[in-house]
Amino acid sequence: MPLPALPKRYHPASIWALYAVGLLPAVWTFYLGATGQLIGNPVKIFEHLLGEWALRFMILTLLISPIRDVLGINWVRYRRALGLLAFWYVAMHFLAYMVLDKRLAIDVIVEDVFKRWFITIGMAGFVLLIPLALTSNRWSIRRLGPGWNKLHRLIYPIAAAGALHYCLSVKVIGPEQLIYAGLITILIAWRLVRRHYMDWKRGKRQSSSELASAIPRAD
Amino acid sequence: MRRYRPTAIPGSEITPEASYLQRRDILRLGAAGGLALAAPLASPSLSIAAEPEPLAAAPGGYDPGEELTPEADATSYNNFYEFGTGKGDPKARSGDFNPRPWSIKVDGMVGKPAEFDLDALMALGLEERTYRMRCVEAWSMVIPWIGFPLAALLDKVEPQGSAKYVAFETIVRAQEMPGQRGAFQPLDWPYVEGLRLDEARHPLTIMAMGLYGKTLPNQNGAPVRLVVPWKYGFKGIKSIVRMTLTEEQPASTWNRLAPNEYGFYANVNPAVDHPRWSQAKENRIGGGGFFGSNERPTLPFNGYGDEVASLYDGMDLTVNF
Ligand code: HEM
Repeated sequence: MPLPALPKRYHPASIWALYAVGLLPAVWTFYLGATGQLIGNPVKIFEHLLGEWALRFMILTLLISPIRDVLGINWVRYRRALGLLAFWYVAMHFLAYMVLDKRLAIDVIVEDVFKRWFITIGMAGFVLLIPLALTSNRWSIRRLGPGWNKLHRLIYPIAAAGALHYCLSVKVIGPEQLIYAGLITILIAWRLVRRHYMDWKRGKRQSSSELASAIPRAD
Repeated sequence: MRRYRPTAIPGSEITPEASYLQRRDILRLGAAGGLALAAPLASPSLSIAAEPEPLAAAPGGYDPGEELTPEADATSYNNFYEFGTGKGDPKARSGDFNPRPWSIKVDGMVGKPAEFDLDALMALGLEERTYRMRCVEAWSMVIPWIGFPLAALLDKVEPQGSAKYVAFETIVRAQEMPGQRGAFQPLDWPYVEGLRLDEARHPLTIMAMGLYGKTLPNQNGAPVRLVVPWKYGFKGIKSIVRMTLTEEQPASTWNRLAPNEYGFYANVNPAVDHPRWSQAKENRIGGGGFFGSNERPTLPFNGYGDEVASLYDGMDLTVNF
């Protein structure tokens, strides 16, 4: 699929731009809240916004490889930034909860984490994200070798935990929750059928071409 | 910062209607920057059926003496699922709702079933009363309501001796209430609620028709809603069209949806947590952004225990939550 490709020399800049744009919702909403411009319940508005953007960045992270498989567009260079943005949003969500919402009342926080299921699940997601964030660099990839891939498959249970946590946090499950949970379910399920899809695609291409050259498996 | 933050003032000194209007005029002119939006203000009958109008009321003598919630917060941070599940939806998506004309049908176990239109309801004696409002979601407000005691309405219909409960019902009008349309409906309509008859007759229980000196905005339950200040906010059913006196305990929407989370009584009780959050404390809305200290302990019966605790003598309130 021919798409106007970004010249290679702009790739690093585009990644930094993604970080900057990705952090804008948090920065802007923090500014509005700190200056008293969020009407109603500023702490909850901020806390919810951070949680929702965390989910959005998880979904985008999970979308990169299906986009490559199905559409043939390679955006793998943005995947680390998207994953780290997801991590930072979860971390800020947690900080907003601890500092702004619960005002560092450790007893209340501990009770929440151990007693309230939806928070336990969110906390599990956050804790599991930490090793992924710490190993999201070239050095770790080289160091861990194949173990790195294995470790980073944790993103699937983490995203599932995020979606479940969201659904359990609201009073009634509505369209928003169904959309987020649905997307994450599809993106995880894709991994189960991906191999068959790739085999089928390869088979189709081979039969339509005399030059049945081996296509490198993209993993 | 153009937020209006009154200091603790007695109800009698609440900003008079004239200055509310002035301030709103100024905001509107500022926002519109032209005559286009200012024009409807000059002719109240044009296309602003939803715009609250001044509403006169006698002082009702109830005031907790706490800082009022800014009107902007009380009229833009709402739960009213008929217009959507987001807190901002009721204000943003209730513009098509027309609460006039209106009537409430009262039937069931009464001597004189009747239908009350807005004039008949107002004739029941409007009073201004400032009450605390505690939402089950652990936030709270202090709101100057205008309303009449529900007992005054019940007296008119003469409940039979065997009547024990009052069931309430919200309007179903999908074409004007976007939350009632579409493939996905969060709740079963109509929204229903109920009170024991002695709770309904309690002097603190009012049917509100206004707040902050004006008729109710759509997002707050226009044109008439229930206010029971010692119960969680979801008991305060909005845009009521029907009341039925019954012998059996009536259904209530949230209780039906999640009986382990929302009880029929729903009395404010810091000792009984919601399964997913603590009810020990509450966040007073409008108390100063991120960093203002607006958290406070929640009081049993929302601070109205002296008046209402005796209604529940001998009941285990952790079971009947
Ligand atoms: C995988 C990590 C996480 C994700 C993706 C996530 C996402 C979300 C989302 C989307 C919401 C709902 C926002 C809304 O209603 O609009 C939410 C609510 C919430 N989250 Fe998380 N979250 C995560 C981890 C955590 C952690 C670690 C904590 C704290 C220990 C936490 C505490 C909360 C609380 C308390 C709420 C409900 C706030 C309220 O309405 O009272 N979350 N989260």
